[in-house]
Amino acid sequence: MYVSATRWPRLASVPANVLALGAVSMVTDVSSEMVTAVLPMYLVLSLGLSPLAFGVIDGLYFGVTALVRLAGAHAADRWQRRKLVAVLGYALSAVCRVGLLAAGGSVAALGAVVAADRAGKGLRTGPRDALISLSASPGALGQAFGVHRAMDTAGAFLGPLVAFGLLAATGGAYDAVFVTSFCVAVAGVLLMVLYVRDRREPLLADDRVSVRRVPRDTPLLQLCAVAAALGLVTVSDAFVYLLLQKRLALSPELFPLLPLGTAAAYLLLAVPFGRLADRAGRFAVFLGGHAVLVVLYGLLALPSAGGWLLAVALVALGVFYAATDGVLMAAAGPLVPAHLRTSGLAMVQTGQAVGRLLSSVLFGALWTAAGAEPGLAVMGGGVAVCAVASWFVLRRVEPGAEPRVVPRVVPEGERGAR
Amino acid sequence: MRGRGRALVLLAAVVALAGIAVAYAAAATRRDAGPGRAVDLAASGRVLFVRNGRVASAPLGDPAAPVTVSGLTCQRFYAAAGTGVCVVVRPGPVPSTYAVVVDRTMKEVTRVQSAGIPNRARVSASGRMVSWTVFVTGDSYNRGGFSTWTGILDTRTGYAVPNMENIQLYIDGKRYRSADVNYWGVTFAADDNRFYATVSTRGRTYLVEGDYGRWEARTLRENAECPSLSPDGTRLVFKKRVAPEASARPWRLYALDLATMRETPLAERESVDDQAAWLDERTVMYGRQGDVWSVPADGGGAPRLLLRDAASPALGGPGHTGAAASMSAR
Repeated sequence: MYVSATRWPRLASVPANVLALGAVSMVTDVSSEMVTAVLPMYLVLSLGLSPLAFGVIDGLYFGVTALVRLAGAHAADRWQRRKLVAVLGYALSAVCRVGLLAAGGSVAALGAVVAADRAGKGLRTGPRDALISLSASPGALGQAFGVHRAMDTAGAFLGPLVAFGLLAATGGAYDAVFVTSFCVAVAGVLLMVLYVRDRREPLLADDRVSVRRVPRDTPLLQLCAVAAALGLVTVSDAFVYLLLQKRLALSPELFPLLPLGTAAAYLLLAVPFGRLADRAGRFAVFLGGHAVLVVLYGLLALPSAGGWLLAVALVALGVFYAATDGVLMAAAGPLVPAHLRTSGLAMVQTGQAVGRLLSSVLFGALWTAAGAEPGLAVMGGGVAVCAVASWFVLRRVEPGAEPRVVPRVVPEGERGAR
Repeated sequence: MRGRGRALVLLAAVVALAGIAVAYAAAATRRDAGPGRAVDLAASGRVLFVRNGRVASAPLGDPAAPVTVSGLTCQRFYAAAGTGVCVVVRPGPVPSTYAVVVDRTMKEVTRVQSAGIPNRARVSASGRMVSWTVFVTGDSYNRGGFSTWTGILDTRTGYAVPNMENIQLYIDGKRYRSADVNYWGVTFAADDNRFYATVSTRGRTYLVEGDYGRWEARTLRENAECPSLSPDGTRLVFKKRVAPEASARPWRLYALDLATMRETPLAERESVDDQAAWLDERTVMYGRQGDVWSVPADGGGAPRLLLRDAASPALGGPGHTGAAASMSAR
C-alpha cells in the first residue's frame, strides 16, 4: 500500500487517511478559529463582560482540558476506538458553537461552553495524532504530520477572514458567525465519519491498557519531560507580538495581521520541515527549531531594530512551529507501542501544554518584575540550556526510520482492523 | 459505504449546511435596525447612551419616555458640549478600530485609527480634548500580556497621539521608565490641559495627574482606576479594585476628594467596571450589567436604575467652560 520508505519519500506517498484527517482538521479549524477570532469582541462588546474576567475563566479550565485529554486517550486505547473518541471530540466542539448562543449573557454558562469546547479539543487531538502516526509508514511520519499541520493551519488562516467577512456582510451579527461556524463544524464531523478509517490494534490477552503503563517501558517519559521543559521556557506568541509592537512602534492596523503572518509561514514550511525531519532526524529538527527561537529572542532584545525584525520574527515563528509541532508527534509516535499510541501522544501533548501554561505565568512575572529584556534573556538562556540537555537525552532514543519499539509480532493481516 | 455513495452523502450535507448558514446570515442582516433618527448631542436634559450598538438619546427623569435611536454605530461613546467621540470596530476581513469624532448632529469631523477592543471614551467639558482607550490583547490575558492603548486628540489643533505611553512618567516624584506601562481612562480638567488617568506597570496600578502641554504625568496614589472628574473639578469618582478579578465583586466605585485625598465608597455595592459620568454636581451614572444606573457621589443614598439595555452614558447639552460649568450645574 505504501511506497517503501526511501530517504526522500515522494509526496504522492501521503496516505489517504492522513489527507482525510488533514481535511477534517482544516474544516474544523476554519470553524473554531471563526469563533476564537470574534469571541473576545462578542463577550466584551455585546455582553459587556470585562476582558480580564474572560482571561481568568479561560485559565481556570486548563486543568479540565488536561484531564479530559488523558482520559479520552486512555479510552481510545482501552477499546481501540480512536476514531469514535475523536468524532466525539469534534462533535462536542461543534455543539458548543450553538451553545454560545444559548448561553446568552450568563458568565457561568459561557464559562461552561468554553470549557466544553476545550474538552472537545482535548478529546480529539490525541486520537487524531495517533491515527496519523498509525496511518503513515514509520519512515515518512514527519512528512505525514507536516501535511496534516499545513492543512490544519490553512484552516486557522482562513477562519478569522471568514468570520470578519461575515460580520462585515451582516452588519455585526455575531449569531450568524456562530451558526455558520456550527454548520462548518458539522461538515467536519461528517468528513471524519465518512472518510477517516479507524486504526484498531488487536489487543492481546496480556495487554492491560492503562495510561500508567505507558511511560515506564519506553523512552517516551524522557521526550515528555523534554517537551514540558522546553514548553516552560518558550515565550508565547502573544508576548512576542506585543514585544514587536513595542519595539517597532507598529501602527495599529498591522497588529491583527501578525498572527496571520506566522500562520502563513507555518503552513508553507510544515511539509518541507516534516520531510527534512524524516531524513535528518526528528529530534535534530525539533531542537533546531528551538535554536531558531533562541536567535529570535536575542534579536527581540537588541537595542536597535528596524522593519526587517518584523519579517524575520514572523518567519522565525513559522519555522519554529514547522520544525517542532508535527515533528514532535512524529518523533513520539515510534516510541510507543501501537496499541498505546493515543495515550503516549496525549501524554507528550499534555506535558507540553502544562509547560506552556506555566511559561506564560513565568514570562509575565519576569516582564513585570525585571522588564522585557531580562525576561527574554532568561527564557532564551532556558531554551538553549534545555535544548542542549535534551540533545544528550534524546540522541540515545532516536529511532531513525525504523520503529525502535516493536514489542509484539502481529500478523500483518490483523493490523488496522476497519 | 462505497466511494460514490459517500461522496453523495457529503455533497448533500454540505449543500444543506451551506443553505442553513446563508439563510440564517441573510435573516440576521435584515434584522439590522435601519437608518436611524436624528439625535442632537447639544440638546439639554437628555442622556446619551449606546443601545444595541447604536447611539441613542432619552430625556432625563422619565424612564417611560420614547428613546431616539440614531444611525451611528459605536461600541463606546461619549459627548460633551456638542462634540462626540465614537469608538468603533469597523468590520472587514481584518477589522480596524477607529475613534471617530462627530459634531452635534453626529456628522463625522475626523477619525483616528487604533486597534483592538473599544473600552473607554471621553470628551473634555469644553468639547476640545478627546480621549479613548482600547484593549489591544483583550483575548489572551493568560497567554499574553495585558495591553491597552489610550489615545488623545486635540480637536482644535488636530494633533493626535494614538498611544500615550511615551509620556514622561514620575512615580512618587521619580522619573520612571519601563516598557510595560499601560494607560487607560483619561478625564480632562476644565483648562483642557490637566488630566487624570490610570497607569499600570509591574503589576501595580496608579492614579496619575497629567499635564498635556508638558507631556508628563505624576502618580497621586495607588489603586484608583478610570477616574471621572466632577464638573467643579474638586472630586474624582473612580473604580477601586476591592477583590481578585475572579471573585463576584472585584470593583467598587469610590469618590476621592482632591483637596484632602480622602476616599469614600459610594452606595453602589455591586461591582462596577466602568468610567463613571457625572449627571450633575452630586450624582454619577455608570453602566452595570447591561443597564445604566445612577448613585449619589457622596457615599449616601442608593443606586437608581436610569436606563435599561444601555451602556456608555453621557450627559447631553450645549456645554460650558470653567467656572460656568459648576454654576449652571448647581
